[in-house]
Amino acid sequence: MNANAWGQRLRRLLRWESLLLLVLVAVTAGNALLSPYFLDATTLSDASFNFTEKALIALPMALLIIAREIDVSVAAIVALASVAMGFGAAAGWPTPLLALTGVATGGLAGAVNGLLVTTLRVPSIVATIGTMSLFRGIAYGILGDRVLKDYPAGFGVFGQGYAFALVSNELLLFVLAALAVGVLLHATTAGRRIYAIGANPTAALMSGVAVDRYRRWLFIATGLASGCASVLLTSRLASTRPTIAQGWELEVISMVILGGVSVAGGVGTILGVVLAAAILGFVTFGLGLQNIPGIVLSIFVGALLIVVVALPIVGARWRARRAQRPTSAGA
Amino acid sequence: MTAPLLQLRGVAKSFGGVRALESATLELQAGAATALIGENGAGKSTLVKILTGVYRPDAGHIDIDGRAATIRSPQDAERLGISVIHQESVVFDELTVAENIYAASPPRRGGRIDWPRLRRDAAELLGRLESDIDPRAPLGDLSVAGKHLVQIARALAIRARIVVMDEPTAALSHREADELLAIVRRLKQEGRAILYISHRFEEIMDIADHYMVLRDGATVGAGQVRDTSLDALIQLMAGRPVAQIFPKLECAIGAEVLRVEGLSAVPEFREISFSVRRGEILGVYGLVGAGRSEVMQTLFGLQRPDTGTITLDGRALAPASPRAAIAAGIACVPEDRQRQGAILGRSIRDNIALPSLARLARGGFTRTARERGAAERWIGQLQIRCRDAEQSVQELSGGNQQKVVLARWLETRPRVLIVDEPTKGIDVGAKAAVHRTLGELAAQGLAIIMVSSELPEILGMSDRILVMRRGRTRALIERIHASAEQVLRAATDA
Amino acid sequence: MSRGMHDLLRRLRHSRDAGLALLTALLLLALAARFSAFRDVASLAGLFDDTAILILLALGQMLVIVTRGIDLSVAANVALSGMAVALLNHAHPALPAPLLVLLATLLGLLLGLCNGLLVWRLGMPPIVVTLGTMAIFRGAVYLLSGGAWVTSDKMTPAFQSLMRHTALGLTLLSWLALLAVAMLALWLHYARTGRRLYMAGGNPSAAAYLGIEAGRMQCLAFTVSGALAGLCGYLWVTRYAVAYTDVAQGFELQVIAACVIGGVSVAGGVGTVAGVLLGCLFLGLIRNALPLAGISPFWQMAVSGAVITVAVVLNARRGAQRRRHILEADAA
Repeated sequence: MNANAWGQRLRRLLRWESLLLLVLVAVTAGNALLSPYFLDATTLSDASFNFTEKALIALPMALLIIAREIDVSVAAIVALASVAMGFGAAAGWPTPLLALTGVATGGLAGAVNGLLVTTLRVPSIVATIGTMSLFRGIAYGILGDRVLKDYPAGFGVFGQGYAFALVSNELLLFVLAALAVGVLLHATTAGRRIYAIGANPTAALMSGVAVDRYRRWLFIATGLASGCASVLLTSRLASTRPTIAQGWELEVISMVILGGVSVAGGVGTILGVVLAAAILGFVTFGLGLQNIPGIVLSIFVGALLIVVVALPIVGARWRARRAQRPTSAGA
Repeated sequence: MTAPLLQLRGVAKSFGGVRALESATLELQAGAATALIGENGAGKSTLVKILTGVYRPDAGHIDIDGRAATIRSPQDAERLGISVIHQESVVFDELTVAENIYAASPPRRGGRIDWPRLRRDAAELLGRLESDIDPRAPLGDLSVAGKHLVQIARALAIRARIVVMDEPTAALSHREADELLAIVRRLKQEGRAILYISHRFEEIMDIADHYMVLRDGATVGAGQVRDTSLDALIQLMAGRPVAQIFPKLECAIGAEVLRVEGLSAVPEFREISFSVRRGEILGVYGLVGAGRSEVMQTLFGLQRPDTGTITLDGRALAPASPRAAIAAGIACVPEDRQRQGAILGRSIRDNIALPSLARLARGGFTRTARERGAAERWIGQLQIRCRDAEQSVQELSGGNQQKVVLARWLETRPRVLIVDEPTKGIDVGAKAAVHRTLGELAAQGLAIIMVSSELPEILGMSDRILVMRRGRTRALIERIHASAEQVLRAATDA
Repeated sequence: MSRGMHDLLRRLRHSRDAGLALLTALLLLALAARFSAFRDVASLAGLFDDTAILILLALGQMLVIVTRGIDLSVAANVALSGMAVALLNHAHPALPAPLLVLLATLLGLLLGLCNGLLVWRLGMPPIVVTLGTMAIFRGAVYLLSGGAWVTSDKMTPAFQSLMRHTALGLTLLSWLALLAVAMLALWLHYARTGRRLYMAGGNPSAAAYLGIEAGRMQCLAFTVSGALAGLCGYLWVTRYAVAYTDVAQGFELQVIAACVIGGVSVAGGVGTVAGVLLGCLFLGLIRNALPLAGISPFWQMAVSGAVITVAVVLNARRGAQRRRHILEADAA
């Protein structure tokens, strides 16, 4: 009702994001100290490739986790879509059709996940563990130990092209997508309903929200994003291997959780996810410049994940102990 | 007169600002059953939770066998020989009956659980209760009556001297209830003290030796059952004069809005027929297990009926989901505020706007200013005590949370508003505000169905009272003719 | 006696494990009819040997899932423990193999304890905790080994062959798995703490009434799961005679799948050792049958993925039978 209340609310909302911003600044500073080349515009542009593809998937994944679901099959969907595109390329399909194939394959796979969770009532963690093996397995089965490389020259525009100056197509696409998803989540009725579903699915249902329909579409969206990411990745690598995007699901989920989205649902912002994606991307790239292998980076990511989720819990306990207020048993 | 086994004196308990128990006095004798009588919100469940160690009293004394006792936890209660049979089962569905009976301390031999003895002992206990439940069956397979029986067996297993039974016959058939009462008699013979909480006066007259009546958190009467009458008990329960506190303004009653005919969903309810008109408040009264909430949930699209018709404004209605019901103009304020009503982690504005998002938005984009305007309007009208519309609902008191939920539904501008226990767990001042609002809404032409277990509320607010019992309608009483005794009689087996 | 038999048959008919046992037996019979390898006792023993590590890990995972948790870090734990003892063996060849087995188990136990404490003391969601520790453990393998492989020639013969000794036609590894199955089954059945795991997972609030702390039970489950993973670290590197960073990469999902097929419910409180054993055997049979059926190894993952998906759907349908009301579907 007054400026103070507004300020309070804003502060509460952005506490996590402010922390992330600090970490991002620290990471950038650290990288700049370690390597004089880091702050170079070209370098920063190259750094973006490390996270744009995963971050693209992280956007709908964030919506999914806010709605109290999860999808660990995203990396497998990337692989499947890539295989589909590889075969299309071998058959001589034109670039636009290839891209469409990739995205459509992703969407279909997402629809399968949605079906399992909403119609067949399988808990999403278990359902997507199953489809993860299924999709990746199909990719392996079809490809064997081959590598598909017959992509047309024009196909590289997605993953290797630049929109203008040093901004790559990938980065531009990601920024546009982040803006779109951000608007969706924070400014539309659909976004508000997603929050409600995550915060209290029963109450949301009783308030007229078509809970199952939203869930289904979120899984399809995640599939489509995975398909898109597959287009970008395959285009950048100009090849398809069955091991493509191995382990990405955990990086994407880490990005989302690091971004402040709670596994319990109902909480999180797109800004946080974007910041977390940038942090992880810069760290990966920075370590790469130092010739530190990616596996060491994962230690950092894992530790960061645990610390970042533990901090609010520890903080709340510490504050409660200081206040010495006895907790009421509640009516 | 032998010394009482359990004695409570001056026990009080508050939650936030709400006084759940003011001054409760209770005596339990070994070998006798004491009925605990009181309206909803009178403090019965708080008293039980204090006895079983879930809550600690703010004041008062508890003596067992003449010695002071402190009950700090459910384990303490069990060690002192107090056992409780709940309405909601506190048991493990996936484990066997036998294991549930001995969950607290299974018989051991040589450091290992002695399963043959556990099964034998469980079978013996069940035999003593003259039940043919298979001790090896998983608990989840049993009916409600079966689960109650297992809880009683558990009480026997821990050699409970005080057995608290909270509405034990609520979901039972006539025959099952009779069997349960036979068991209660046997428990009495074995020298245990029973605290029997029930609304069913026929049972109370049958099984209880003593009684204690709670009203607004205080003991207003106690004594021997044979010295009192049904009328006297009802008088004590209902208490204060009704007209002063919950006035419903006289207003013009208009055309019929909703008609329900022959609605059935076996076994929850059968052949339910009623109608509601504009400007009318239809009170629906019944005891626990009467089936009222189930009927309302069917109207709201949460449950499919087997047969029957629903007509709204002359059009046939068969809502397949709450969404459909809301679109048709039915709003439902649920009974379970915490789980089905308020979305605790979100703001007041969010909660209020949720079903009306599409209307308050423009082209799919939410318009925060309009939402806030609507929220602030309701905050004013319902006198919701809060900092501002952005405050998280979690931080509000129970009464204010209920007001937020009510505001949410009123914002959808329904044709029919169903409120299920609208003032449950709310203090007197907030109650009056809610009632005034409902009255004003009726005056504006809304048709309201009010499900309530509180007699004063039903009698004061309703134009007509529909009384349900065991899934059927028993009576439809006009306001002029209504009295507490009449309503209670229709609702119980008295 | 007749009533006892009647009861037994009725319980069997409804038992989920019995159904799975029947299915597995039928599968075995069908395979034996088609391929001679499944009629040969020695190769069946080899099949069991092949599945032993999965069994040990699945037993640990079962405890975690029963207490409403999930452990994504088991495979990384296996890799880290295995690498540690492999390096130790390389640096100090004189150390007796049984001691190294013990050390691996101990290391795994400590790693699992880390998970357990974070979940119990800090109340963090198990999926987040094990996601983090999975990355940390895996990275630690790299740090420990410097990215280098410990190959067979760098390990002592005694170290490698310990589990290959046979007795009564089964390898020591197989006996170890059987021992774990037996011990865990007994513990879960006869020990109070074992029963408490089920109570804590099945109905935490009711368990709290009985003085059982759900968080502590989860911590115990993670610790045991970690210990088994540590043991499997040794078993893995000696069975495949190599230790490197990517050992058991992705295996945690096979482990979870075996549990789900075996009837362990992610909602908690449900699961039997017999079921898990059957789930592992089922997966093992399929995995071994595929190459014989001429299906390339590349299709194996797809097949097991399909099996897993079907199994989880069937599991979910079973749970859904109890739910009629639309509201309850969201209560889980």
